Amino acid sequence: MTAHTPTSSFEPQGHGPLAKRPLSAHLRRLEAESIEIIREVAAAFENPVMLYSIGKDSGVMLHLAVKAFYPSKPPFPLLHVDTTWKFQDMIRHRDSIVERYGVDLLIHVNEEGLAKGVNPIASGSSLHTQVMKTEGLKQALDKYGFDAAFGGARRDEEKSRAKERIFSFRSEGHTWDPRNQRPELWRLYNTRIAKGETIRVFPLSNWTELDIWEYTRAEAIPIVPLYLAAERPVVRRNGMLIMRDDNRMPLEPGETEETRWVRFRSLGCYPLSAAVESQATTLDDIIDEMKISRTSERQGRLIDVDESASMEKKKREGYF
Amino acid sequence: MSETLVQTAPAAAVETGNGRGLLRFLTCGSVDDGKSTLIGRLLYDSKLIFEDQLASLERDSKRHGTTGDDIDLALLVDGLEAERQQGITIDVAYRFFTTPNRSFIVADTPGHEQYTRNMATGASNADLAVILIDARKGVLTQTRRHSYICSLLGVKHLVLAVNKIDLADYDQAVFDRIVADYMAFARTLGFETITPIPMSARFGDNVYTRSDKLPWFTGPTLIQHLEVIDVESTAAAKPFRFPVQWVNRPNLDFRGFSGTIASGVVRPGDKVVVAASGRETAIERIVTYDGDLAEARAGDAVTLTLKDEVDVARGDLLVPPAARPEVADQFAAHLLWMTDEPLLPGRSYLMRIGTQYSPVKVTALKHKIDVDTLEHLAGRTLALNEIGFCNFSTSTPIAFDPYNDNRETGAFILIDRYTNATVGAGMVSFGLRRAANIHRQSLLVGREERETLNGHKPAGLWFTGLSGSGKSTIANLVERELHDRGVRTFLLDGDNVRHGLNRDLGFSDADRVENVRRVGEVAKLFVEAGVVVLCSFISPFKAERRMARELFAEGEFIEVFVDTPIDDCIARDPKGLYAKALKGEIANFTGVSSPYERPEIAELVLETANTEASASARRVVDDLIRRGTI
Repeated sequence: MTAHTPTSSFEPQGHGPLAKRPLSAHLRRLEAESIEIIREVAAAFENPVMLYSIGKDSGVMLHLAVKAFYPSKPPFPLLHVDTTWKFQDMIRHRDSIVERYGVDLLIHVNEEGLAKGVNPIASGSSLHTQVMKTEGLKQALDKYGFDAAFGGARRDEEKSRAKERIFSFRSEGHTWDPRNQRPELWRLYNTRIAKGETIRVFPLSNWTELDIWEYTRAEAIPIVPLYLAAERPVVRRNGMLIMRDDNRMPLEPGETEETRWVRFRSLGCYPLSAAVESQATTLDDIIDEMKISRTSERQGRLIDVDESASMEKKKREGYF
Repeated sequence: MSETLVQTAPAAAVETGNGRGLLRFLTCGSVDDGKSTLIGRLLYDSKLIFEDQLASLERDSKRHGTTGDDIDLALLVDGLEAERQQGITIDVAYRFFTTPNRSFIVADTPGHEQYTRNMATGASNADLAVILIDARKGVLTQTRRHSYICSLLGVKHLVLAVNKIDLADYDQAVFDRIVADYMAFARTLGFETITPIPMSARFGDNVYTRSDKLPWFTGPTLIQHLEVIDVESTAAAKPFRFPVQWVNRPNLDFRGFSGTIASGVVRPGDKVVVAASGRETAIERIVTYDGDLAEARAGDAVTLTLKDEVDVARGDLLVPPAARPEVADQFAAHLLWMTDEPLLPGRSYLMRIGTQYSPVKVTALKHKIDVDTLEHLAGRTLALNEIGFCNFSTSTPIAFDPYNDNRETGAFILIDRYTNATVGAGMVSFGLRRAANIHRQSLLVGREERETLNGHKPAGLWFTGLSGSGKSTIANLVERELHDRGVRTFLLDGDNVRHGLNRDLGFSDADRVENVRRVGEVAKLFVEAGVVVLCSFISPFKAERRMARELFAEGEFIEVFVDTPIDDCIARDPKGLYAKALKGEIANFTGVSSPYERPEIAELVLETANTEASASARRVVDDLIRRGTI
């Protein structure tokens, strides 16, 4: 007998017609390794979830998940922890992506934090992130009983991530104990956990920012338009260019809104994400700009400079 | 419309790192060898240090640096020191850089504490290792240690970085002497290439840029060498190995097996067998999201469909019928111990090999290895960071290749079954019991079917005891009783077997061992046939009774110790043998001129001094009923 033809199989809309290009040997290798990690989680855990933050890394991670299980659908839902302060473009993009790939999306908002009026402007970036993002995430993981959660973090992003495991172990209560992490030899991941314990999994650990962009271009993965330069209304605050995405962000005395050619290297809550001046309107432009760039991408994240060793601290608290 | 459609770019935009793909390497050396400075130099010269990082580097150099007015590149890497103080002492940091010709991942392992575990972790995924030597100090004990660990973990390519050559006046004689010393030592370690390069990481000589101070050196710079070395083609040249990771079943019409090709090449139509069961089929399609492939190679993550509906699950290994791995439940391997609580031989751990988890025990620690001198040491246990060579036993046969032949299918980790911590890393050397080249023919009638037909389970009853202890008498009574109950039985008696199967064997220790081995194997066949087999053999040595026991599944081997005092046996002397032995007419007679090792773990002990043989037989039958065998 020959030719099994997948009949009711999973075909994302738009698969095929977009302009793809062959992957370099390097990207092929990264892609295969990430697919292996994503499959491992599906095979070894009972109830995994993929964190979807709408950014470029999430976009690549979701695309890899779709490839990993084809012709099946990814056997887990996406989870977006919405702080309610994301750029409007991000939310629109999220909804269109879910439709395009035909995946299940769960959206969680920390209603308690919202009721207490926590927000990035009055509460400060640190508290806002802690309550709306970290606590919100923990609430969602507990609510659905997820035992494994994918995150799009990369080791090249930040110093304390350079030694992060691909399978990062969290004890009950989601705490990350740096002394209690398992050595990872070969690609033999230890997927065993006791009840109540969870694993955070980082399939993009070995990707760099440049890899993400080159893969996004080669695979024609849709991105939030904010990554591309356009004329946008911004205010200059503490030396950073902040885009007023809606009128919840009041202007401080002496501040004026101006229109500039800007784009974003990293997207989060809009009052906490700084834009960079740029004329890069295509992916090719972005990649060219990257190659001559002299600043790291997290420079535009206000949360990171807010306090010293902030990534380390956030991670212990349960942040990705 | 929020989706941004990517524009079709002209072919002009070429990705970086395009040429040779990805190279993973590891740097080995202590703090003093300039390891951190070298990694800092690689990142700095590849322009991967950003302005915001450079600004803080300049600040730190002024404050903590050891290089005067120059930027101290080591501080780029040693930024992790702060984290170490927070309790992170046992880590491998991964760093990334790219040149126009290749992308690189460097595993940076701390040189001092916990070196073995960290270095092994870094080396397990490295294709190449850079061994740093301080030109002023030459080959040190730690150079040997680092080289051995690299060799054990199967790193095939070495760069011998003779660093700080500036402090040795860029002297060729110094370099030549170190290289000669090193080569003499490393010859036995099995590296495929060793490339010595004189360099100064601090000033950048021969790292990225060729040094005009080393005109006598005609070899490549470090980066030139790293950019061109070929580490990938060997994996594709090995036999095909495909560990099934996930069964892909979107609907009733599609059944695929997803996984990453561990080695070799596969094409539709290729014949494959499931290594453990021996079931044979052929590849139908190689399915990917981007369309079916005509060929896939080592490292590719694909989904295979098969021509026939064979039983395949996660953990199975698909292999070519003509180039199969070993399949065995006992094997010898090097084991690196990675946790504070020591290894306990005999304790059950969980082994992960490929995509399979299996319970495993260390049955013997053959020797420990001193990583500084490579000497073999005796030992009963392994402590943190110690390496031993051990025999292992798994509960079901597993498929593997020797680690030296194939890293992907010869590596395993051990997991503590209670804490789930990763406690050991293993590299298989060879299968035991010499079953390597005999592959099981799969049978159409299974064991369970035989049991159903028989109406009872099989068992191997092993009667051991002195000559004249009453073993055969009791075994005969047991068989009669079982037969009357409708149980299929067979009795293998020591004397009878020696007239046929074992008539070429005498009574030397070696022959006694072989006698028991053959009987054990025959008994095992009877058990596989669903029969309750009774073996009546003096079998005086513990080791051989254990060997017989290990042929059987847990619970199927029942050792019955017929415990009769030697004086009673001599008094009974049913065959007149003790009389002869005591007169010295029989050599090696158990209990007289050859020892009998009393069993310590017998399932049943029958003391016959004050018990009728029929009552002892009754106890054996009752035990089989209690076990649910009959």
